Amino acid sequence: MKTFQCDIVSAQAEIWSGQAAQVFATGVSGELGIYPRHTPLITQLKPGPVRVVDESGEEQFFFCGGGIVEVQPHIVTVLADTAMRGEDLDATAAQRAREEAERELADRTEALEVAEAQAKLAEAIAQLQALERLRKTVKR
Amino acid sequence: MASGKEITTKIKSVENTKKVTSALEMVSASKIKKSQDLMFATRPYARMMLRIIGHLGKANPEYRHPFTVAHGPEVKKVGYIVISTDRGLCGGLNTNLFKAVLADMGQWQKDNVAVSMVTLGKKASAFFKNINVEIAGHAQELGEKPQIEDLIGAIKIVLDKYREQEVDRVFLAYNDFVNTMSQKPRVDRLLPLPDTDDEDIRDIWDYIYEPDAETLLDSVLVRYIESLVYHAVLENLASEHAARMIAMKSASDNASELIDELTLAYNKARQAAITQEISEIVGGAAAV
Repeated sequence: MKTFQCDIVSAQAEIWSGQAAQVFATGVSGELGIYPRHTPLITQLKPGPVRVVDESGEEQFFFCGGGIVEVQPHIVTVLADTAMRGEDLDATAAQRAREEAERELADRTEALEVAEAQAKLAEAIAQLQALERLRKTVKR
Repeated sequence: MASGKEITTKIKSVENTKKVTSALEMVSASKIKKSQDLMFATRPYARMMLRIIGHLGKANPEYRHPFTVAHGPEVKKVGYIVISTDRGLCGGLNTNLFKAVLADMGQWQKDNVAVSMVTLGKKASAFFKNINVEIAGHAQELGEKPQIEDLIGAIKIVLDKYREQEVDRVFLAYNDFVNTMSQKPRVDRLLPLPDTDDEDIRDIWDYIYEPDAETLLDSVLVRYIESLVYHAVLENLASEHAARMIAMKSASDNASELIDELTLAYNKARQAAITQEISEIVGGAAAV
Protein backbone atom coordinates (compact mmCIF):
# COMPACT_ATOMS: atom_id res chain seq x y z
CA MET A 1 0.00 0.00 0.00
CA LYS A 2 1.22 3.48 -0.79
CA THR A 3 1.59 5.68 2.23
CA PHE A 4 2.68 9.17 3.12
CA GLN A 5 4.01 10.90 6.20
CA CYS A 6 1.27 12.39 8.33
CA ASP A 7 1.82 14.63 11.35
CA ILE A 8 -0.94 15.89 13.57
CA VAL A 9 0.33 18.46 16.04
CA SER A 10 -1.19 21.02 18.33
CA ALA A 11 0.63 23.85 20.08
CA GLN A 12 0.68 21.84 23.27
CA ALA A 13 1.54 18.36 22.09
CA GLU A 14 2.36 16.07 19.20
CA ILE A 15 -0.90 14.18 18.71
CA TRP A 16 -0.04 11.63 16.05
CA SER A 17 2.82 11.03 13.69
CA GLY A 18 3.43 8.21 11.28
CA GLN A 19 2.77 6.68 7.89
CA ALA A 20 -0.80 6.99 6.69
CA ALA A 21 -2.65 5.60 3.70
CA GLN A 22 -5.55 8.02 3.80
CA VAL A 23 -6.55 11.08 5.78
CA PHE A 24 -10.01 12.57 6.00
CA ALA A 25 -10.72 16.01 7.37
CA THR A 26 -13.29 18.79 7.12
CA GLY A 27 -11.93 21.85 5.36
CA VAL A 28 -13.68 25.22 5.24
CA SER A 29 -14.98 24.50 1.75
CA GLY A 30 -15.86 20.87 2.19
CA GLU A 31 -14.89 17.37 3.14
CA LEU A 32 -11.35 16.35 2.17
CA GLY A 33 -10.18 12.85 1.39
CA ILE A 34 -6.42 12.77 1.04
CA TYR A 35 -4.61 9.91 -0.67
CA PRO A 36 -0.92 9.64 -1.51
CA ARG A 37 0.30 11.98 -4.27
CA HIS A 38 -2.42 14.51 -3.61
CA THR A 39 -1.88 17.85 -5.29
CA PRO A 40 -0.39 20.55 -2.99
CA LEU A 41 -3.19 22.10 -1.00
CA ILE A 42 -3.43 24.25 2.05
CA THR A 43 -6.68 24.96 3.80
CA GLN A 44 -8.25 25.94 7.07
CA LEU A 45 -10.12 23.25 8.96
CA LYS A 46 -13.56 23.41 10.45
CA PRO A 47 -14.00 21.99 13.90
CA GLY A 48 -14.66 18.32 13.44
CA PRO A 49 -13.16 14.85 13.33
CA VAL A 50 -9.94 14.02 11.51
CA ARG A 51 -9.70 10.39 10.43
CA VAL A 52 -6.42 8.71 9.63
CA VAL A 53 -6.12 5.28 8.04
CA ASP A 54 -2.66 4.06 8.98
CA GLU A 55 -0.36 1.54 7.27
CA SER A 56 -2.07 -1.46 8.76
CA GLY A 57 -5.46 -0.22 7.59
CA GLU A 58 -6.63 0.74 11.03
CA GLU A 59 -8.63 3.90 11.45
CA GLN A 60 -7.77 6.50 14.02
CA PHE A 61 -10.08 9.29 15.08
CA PHE A 62 -9.04 12.68 16.35
CA PHE A 63 -11.11 15.71 17.11
CA CYS A 64 -9.82 19.05 15.92
CA GLY A 65 -11.32 22.31 17.08
CA GLY A 66 -10.23 23.88 13.82
CA GLY A 67 -6.77 24.47 12.45
CA ILE A 68 -4.84 24.26 9.23
CA VAL A 69 -3.95 21.34 7.03
CA GLU A 70 -1.10 21.41 4.57
CA VAL A 71 -1.01 18.74 1.90
CA GLN A 72 1.99 17.89 -0.21
CA PRO A 73 2.39 14.78 -2.34
CA HIS A 74 4.28 12.93 0.40
CA ILE A 75 3.62 14.92 3.53
CA VAL A 76 0.41 15.90 5.25
CA THR A 77 0.57 18.22 8.24
CA VAL A 78 -2.41 18.97 10.42
CA LEU A 79 -1.93 21.93 12.73
CA ALA A 80 -4.73 21.49 15.20
CA ASP A 81 -6.03 24.33 17.33
CA THR A 82 -6.49 23.50 20.97
CA ALA A 83 -8.65 26.54 21.52
CA MET A 84 -11.88 27.41 19.77
CA ARG A 85 -11.11 30.23 17.39
CA GLY A 86 -13.07 32.85 15.59
CA GLU A 87 -13.01 36.58 15.04
CA ASP A 88 -15.59 37.17 17.79
CA LEU A 89 -14.05 34.73 20.24
CA ASP A 90 -10.61 36.25 19.77
CA ALA A 91 -12.00 39.73 20.17
CA THR A 92 -13.71 38.74 23.42
CA ALA A 93 -10.44 37.26 24.68
CA ALA A 94 -8.63 40.49 23.83
CA GLN A 95 -11.32 42.49 25.59
CA ARG A 96 -10.88 40.31 28.67
CA ALA A 97 -7.10 40.87 28.69
CA ARG A 98 -7.70 44.60 28.38
CA GLU A 99 -10.11 44.61 31.30
CA GLU A 100 -7.67 42.56 33.32
CA ALA A 101 -5.04 45.24 32.72
CA GLU A 102 -7.45 47.99 33.76
CA ARG A 103 -8.27 46.13 36.93
CA GLU A 104 -4.56 45.78 37.68
CA LEU A 105 -4.04 49.48 37.14
CA ALA A 106 -7.03 50.36 39.31
CA ASP A 107 -5.33 48.47 42.12
CA ARG A 108 -2.52 50.98 42.06
CA THR A 109 -3.63 52.87 45.18
CA GLU A 110 -4.13 49.65 47.06
CA ALA A 111 -0.68 48.39 46.07
CA LEU A 112 0.84 51.67 47.20
CA GLU A 113 -0.90 51.40 50.55
CA VAL A 114 0.42 47.89 50.95
CA ALA A 115 3.92 49.06 50.05
CA GLU A 116 3.62 51.88 52.55
CA ALA A 117 2.42 49.53 55.27
CA GLN A 118 5.28 47.17 54.47
CA ALA A 119 7.78 50.01 54.75
CA LYS A 120 6.34 50.98 58.13
CA LEU A 121 6.51 47.39 59.28
CA ALA A 122 10.14 47.12 58.23
CA GLU A 123 10.88 50.31 60.14
CA ALA A 124 9.17 49.00 63.27
CA ILE A 125 11.11 45.75 63.05
CA ALA A 126 14.36 47.67 62.71
CA GLN A 127 13.49 49.72 65.79
CA LEU A 128 12.68 46.60 67.77
CA GLN A 129 16.00 45.07 66.77
CA ALA A 130 17.84 48.20 67.84
CA LEU A 131 16.07 48.14 71.19
CA GLU A 132 16.95 44.48 71.62
CA ARG A 133 20.62 45.18 70.97
CA LEU A 134 20.57 48.10 73.34
CA ARG A 135 18.95 46.00 76.03
CA LYS A 136 21.62 43.31 75.69
CA THR A 137 24.52 45.74 75.97
CA VAL A 138 23.02 47.41 79.01
CA LYS A 139 22.51 44.05 80.69
CA ARG A 140 26.14 43.13 80.20
CA MET B 1 23.92 36.22 77.56
CA ALA B 2 20.55 34.92 76.43
CA SER B 3 19.10 32.20 78.57
CA GLY B 4 18.77 28.57 77.46
CA LYS B 5 15.02 28.83 77.01
CA GLU B 6 15.22 31.82 74.71
CA ILE B 7 17.71 30.01 72.51
CA THR B 8 15.64 26.83 72.27
CA THR B 9 12.58 28.83 71.14
CA LYS B 10 14.74 30.50 68.50
CA ILE B 11 16.07 27.13 67.33
CA LYS B 12 12.52 25.78 67.07
CA SER B 13 11.39 28.68 64.94
CA VAL B 14 14.38 28.38 62.60
CA GLU B 15 13.73 24.66 62.32
CA ASN B 16 10.15 25.36 61.29
CA THR B 17 11.30 27.81 58.66
CA LYS B 18 13.72 25.21 57.37
CA LYS B 19 10.93 22.68 57.08
CA VAL B 20 8.96 25.06 54.89
CA THR B 21 11.88 26.01 52.68
CA SER B 22 13.04 22.46 52.12
CA ALA B 23 9.47 21.36 51.31
CA LEU B 24 9.23 24.16 48.76
CA GLU B 25 12.60 23.13 47.37
CA MET B 26 11.42 19.58 46.80
CA VAL B 27 8.11 20.68 45.28
CA SER B 28 9.94 22.93 42.81
CA ALA B 29 12.43 20.22 41.94
CA SER B 30 9.62 17.90 40.92
CA LYS B 31 7.86 20.63 38.95
CA ILE B 32 10.93 21.46 36.86
CA LYS B 33 10.73 18.14 35.09
CA LYS B 34 7.05 18.56 34.30
CA SER B 35 7.42 22.02 32.86
CA GLN B 36 10.41 20.89 30.82
CA ASP B 37 8.32 18.13 29.31
CA LEU B 38 5.66 20.68 28.37
CA MET B 39 8.37 22.76 26.76
CA PHE B 40 9.62 19.93 24.61
CA ALA B 41 6.07 19.06 23.57
CA THR B 42 5.68 22.43 21.84
CA ARG B 43 8.69 21.93 19.58
CA PRO B 44 7.06 19.83 16.80
CA TYR B 45 4.29 22.40 16.32
CA ALA B 46 6.73 25.26 15.87
CA ARG B 47 8.83 23.15 13.51
CA MET B 48 5.86 22.20 11.31
CA MET B 49 4.71 25.78 11.33
CA LEU B 50 8.08 27.05 10.12
CA ARG B 51 7.94 24.46 7.36
CA ILE B 52 4.56 25.70 6.20
CA ILE B 53 5.59 29.35 6.43
CA GLY B 54 8.65 28.51 4.37
CA HIS B 55 6.50 26.80 1.75
CA LEU B 56 4.03 29.66 1.63
CA GLY B 57 6.85 32.16 1.28
CA LYS B 58 8.36 30.20 -1.60
CA ALA B 59 5.03 29.57 -3.29
CA ASN B 60 4.08 33.22 -3.62
CA PRO B 61 7.09 35.43 -3.07
CA GLU B 62 5.29 38.57 -4.27
CA TYR B 63 2.90 38.74 -1.30
CA ARG B 64 4.27 40.25 1.89
CA HIS B 65 2.28 39.84 5.04
CA PRO B 66 2.13 42.91 7.34
CA PHE B 67 3.88 40.94 10.08
CA THR B 68 6.95 40.42 7.94
CA VAL B 69 7.23 44.05 6.84
CA ALA B 70 8.86 46.71 9.00
CA HIS B 71 6.93 49.97 9.29
CA GLY B 72 9.64 52.15 7.84
CA PRO B 73 12.80 53.51 9.40
CA GLU B 74 11.15 55.81 11.96
CA VAL B 75 9.98 54.19 15.18
CA LYS B 76 7.37 56.04 17.22
CA LYS B 77 6.19 53.41 19.62
CA VAL B 78 7.35 49.97 20.65
CA GLY B 79 5.40 47.17 22.26
CA TYR B 80 6.60 44.66 24.83
CA ILE B 81 5.18 41.38 25.97
CA VAL B 82 6.70 40.76 29.38
CA ILE B 83 6.38 37.34 30.95
CA SER B 84 6.90 37.08 34.69
CA THR B 85 5.88 34.76 37.49
CA ASP B 86 2.76 35.10 39.60
CA ARG B 87 4.49 34.28 42.86
CA GLY B 88 7.66 35.41 44.55
CA LEU B 89 10.32 33.43 46.44
CA CYS B 90 12.22 32.71 43.27
CA GLY B 91 15.41 34.66 43.88
CA GLY B 92 16.32 37.38 41.45
CA LEU B 93 14.47 35.84 38.53
CA ASN B 94 11.91 38.58 37.94
CA THR B 95 14.21 41.39 39.01
CA ASN B 96 16.86 40.34 36.50
CA LEU B 97 14.27 40.20 33.73
CA PHE B 98 12.84 43.61 34.61
CA LYS B 99 16.35 45.06 34.64
CA ALA B 100 16.91 43.72 31.14
CA VAL B 101 13.58 45.16 29.98
CA LEU B 102 14.30 48.53 31.56
CA ALA B 103 17.68 48.65 29.87
CA ASP B 104 16.07 47.85 26.53
CA MET B 105 13.27 50.37 27.11
CA GLY B 106 15.80 53.01 28.09
CA GLN B 107 17.40 52.72 24.67
CA TRP B 108 14.08 53.54 23.02
CA GLN B 109 12.99 56.20 25.48
CA LYS B 110 16.26 58.03 24.89
CA ASP B 111 15.02 58.59 21.34
CA ASN B 112 11.56 59.64 22.57
CA VAL B 113 9.94 56.40 21.53
CA ALA B 114 6.80 55.60 23.52
CA VAL B 115 6.30 52.21 25.10
CA SER B 116 3.21 50.07 25.40
CA MET B 117 3.20 46.81 27.27
CA VAL B 118 1.28 43.60 27.72
CA THR B 119 2.11 41.75 30.91
CA LEU B 120 1.70 38.07 31.67
CA GLY B 121 2.03 37.30 35.36
CA LYS B 122 1.33 39.35 38.48
CA LYS B 123 4.89 40.42 39.20
CA ALA B 124 5.31 42.16 35.84
CA SER B 125 2.12 44.22 36.13
CA ALA B 126 2.88 45.12 39.74
CA PHE B 127 6.34 46.32 38.77
CA PHE B 128 5.59 48.18 35.57
CA LYS B 129 2.43 49.92 36.69
CA ASN B 130 4.37 51.53 39.51
CA ILE B 131 6.79 53.09 37.07
CA ASN B 132 3.90 54.33 34.93
CA VAL B 133 4.34 52.19 31.85
CA GLU B 134 1.24 51.97 29.66
CA ILE B 135 -0.18 48.49 30.17
CA ALA B 136 -2.55 47.59 27.35
CA GLY B 137 -3.31 44.03 28.35
CA HIS B 138 -2.70 41.60 31.13
CA ALA B 139 -3.18 37.96 31.97
CA GLN B 140 -2.29 36.08 35.12
CA GLU B 141 -2.82 32.83 36.99
CA LEU B 142 -1.69 30.76 34.03
CA GLY B 143 -1.04 27.87 36.38
CA GLU B 144 1.22 24.86 36.17
CA LYS B 145 -0.12 23.88 32.77
CA PRO B 146 -0.57 27.10 30.85
CA GLN B 147 -3.21 26.93 28.13
CA ILE B 148 -2.78 28.75 24.86
CA GLU B 149 -6.35 30.09 25.01
CA ASP B 150 -5.43 32.13 28.07
CA LEU B 151 -2.81 33.94 25.98
CA ILE B 152 -4.78 34.57 22.78
CA GLY B 153 -6.45 37.73 24.02
CA ALA B 154 -3.31 39.38 25.33
CA ILE B 155 -1.40 38.54 22.15
CA LYS B 156 -4.21 39.80 19.94
CA ILE B 157 -4.00 43.22 21.58
CA VAL B 158 -0.37 43.52 20.54
CA LEU B 159 -0.92 42.10 17.06
CA ASP B 160 -3.81 44.50 16.43
CA LYS B 161 -1.69 47.42 17.53
CA TYR B 162 1.00 46.34 15.10
CA ARG B 163 -1.50 45.87 12.29
CA GLU B 164 -2.92 49.33 12.87
CA GLN B 165 0.61 50.72 12.83
CA GLU B 166 0.25 51.97 16.38
CA VAL B 167 3.43 50.18 17.41
CA ASP B 168 6.36 49.65 15.08
CA ARG B 169 8.26 46.92 16.90
CA VAL B 170 7.21 44.24 19.30
CA PHE B 171 9.55 42.57 21.77
CA LEU B 172 9.09 39.49 23.87
CA ALA B 173 10.77 39.41 27.29
CA TYR B 174 11.08 36.21 29.29
CA ASN B 175 13.53 34.06 31.20
CA ASP B 176 15.21 31.45 29.06
CA PHE B 177 15.68 28.13 30.82
CA VAL B 178 19.34 27.29 30.17
CA ASN B 179 19.60 24.62 32.82
CA THR B 180 18.58 24.16 36.44
CA MET B 181 21.39 26.35 37.69
CA SER B 182 21.03 29.19 35.25
CA GLN B 183 18.22 31.16 33.67
CA LYS B 184 18.91 33.93 31.25
CA PRO B 185 16.65 36.98 30.85
CA ARG B 186 15.99 37.59 27.18
CA VAL B 187 14.38 40.36 25.17
CA ASP B 188 13.72 39.07 21.66
CA ARG B 189 12.21 40.85 18.71
CA LEU B 190 8.86 39.35 17.83
CA LEU B 191 7.61 41.72 15.13
CA PRO B 192 8.39 42.35 12.37
CA LEU B 193 9.20 38.71 11.91
CA PRO B 194 12.73 38.11 10.74
CA ASP B 195 12.95 37.14 7.08
CA THR B 196 12.86 33.46 6.38
CA ASP B 197 15.99 32.65 4.43
CA ASP B 198 15.10 32.60 0.75
CA GLU B 199 17.62 30.00 -0.29
CA ASP B 200 16.45 28.95 -3.71
CA ILE B 201 13.14 29.45 -5.38
CA ARG B 202 12.96 26.00 -6.82
CA ASP B 203 10.55 24.60 -9.34
CA ILE B 204 7.46 26.68 -9.84
CA TRP B 205 4.53 25.05 -8.13
CA ASP B 206 1.74 26.44 -6.09
CA TYR B 207 -0.81 25.29 -3.62
CA ILE B 208 -4.51 25.19 -4.00
CA TYR B 209 -5.64 27.65 -1.35
CA GLU B 210 -8.87 27.39 0.54
CA PRO B 211 -10.03 30.11 1.09
CA ASP B 212 -7.11 32.25 -0.19
CA ALA B 213 -3.39 32.71 0.33
CA GLU B 214 -3.62 35.89 2.36
CA THR B 215 -6.14 34.60 4.88
CA LEU B 216 -4.17 31.42 5.27
CA LEU B 217 -0.83 33.11 5.69
CA ASP B 218 -2.42 35.42 8.24
CA SER B 219 -3.87 32.62 10.32
CA VAL B 220 -0.62 30.66 10.13
CA LEU B 221 1.45 33.66 11.23
CA VAL B 222 -0.91 34.53 14.09
CA ARG B 223 -0.66 30.96 15.32
CA TYR B 224 3.09 31.01 14.86
CA ILE B 225 3.44 34.09 17.02
CA GLU B 226 1.12 32.59 19.60
CA SER B 227 3.22 29.47 19.69
CA LEU B 228 6.37 31.56 20.19
CA VAL B 229 4.79 33.37 23.12
CA TYR B 230 3.42 30.13 24.50
CA HIS B 231 6.86 28.58 24.32
CA ALA B 232 8.32 31.60 26.13
CA VAL B 233 5.69 31.22 28.85
CA LEU B 234 6.78 27.62 29.34
CA GLU B 235 10.47 28.58 29.35
CA ASN B 236 9.66 31.12 32.02
CA LEU B 237 7.69 28.57 34.02
CA ALA B 238 10.59 26.11 34.02
CA SER B 239 12.93 28.96 34.97
CA GLU B 240 10.61 29.92 37.83
CA HIS B 241 10.70 26.44 39.32
CA ALA B 242 14.45 26.15 38.89
CA ALA B 243 15.08 29.56 40.43
CA ARG B 244 12.76 28.80 43.31
CA MET B 245 14.48 25.50 43.93
CA ILE B 246 17.88 27.19 44.11
CA ALA B 247 16.60 30.02 46.30
CA MET B 248 14.93 27.59 48.68
CA LYS B 249 18.00 25.38 48.77
CA SER B 250 20.20 28.25 49.85
CA ALA B 251 17.57 29.31 52.39
CA SER B 252 17.55 25.79 53.84
CA ASP B 253 21.35 25.77 53.95
CA ASN B 254 21.35 29.09 55.75
CA ALA B 255 18.80 27.79 58.22
CA SER B 256 20.97 24.75 58.95
CA GLU B 257 23.95 27.00 59.56
CA LEU B 258 21.92 29.18 61.88
CA ILE B 259 20.67 26.15 63.78
CA ASP B 260 24.27 24.95 64.25
CA GLU B 261 25.34 28.31 65.60
CA LEU B 262 22.34 28.55 67.91
CA THR B 263 22.91 25.02 69.21
CA LEU B 264 26.50 25.92 69.99
CA ALA B 265 25.35 29.02 71.84
CA TYR B 266 22.76 26.97 73.70
CA ASN B 267 25.36 24.40 74.78
CA LYS B 268 27.70 27.12 75.94
CA ALA B 269 24.93 28.73 77.97
CA ARG B 270 24.02 25.40 79.51
CA GLN B 271 27.67 24.66 80.33
CA ALA B 272 28.07 28.07 81.91
CA ALA B 273 24.98 27.54 84.04
CA ILE B 274 26.23 24.14 85.27
CA THR B 275 29.69 25.48 86.04
CA GLN B 276 28.18 28.30 87.96
CA GLU B 277 25.95 25.95 89.96
CA ILE B 278 28.88 23.67 90.85
CA SER B 279 31.03 26.55 91.96
CA GLU B 280 28.16 27.83 94.08
CA ILE B 281 27.70 24.40 95.72
CA VAL B 282 31.44 24.05 96.29
CA GLY B 283 31.56 27.57 97.68
CA GLY B 284 28.58 26.80 99.93
CA ALA B 285 30.10 23.50 101.18
CA ALA B 286 33.39 25.24 101.97
CA ALA B 287 31.57 27.85 103.99
CA VAL B 288 29.81 25.26 106.16
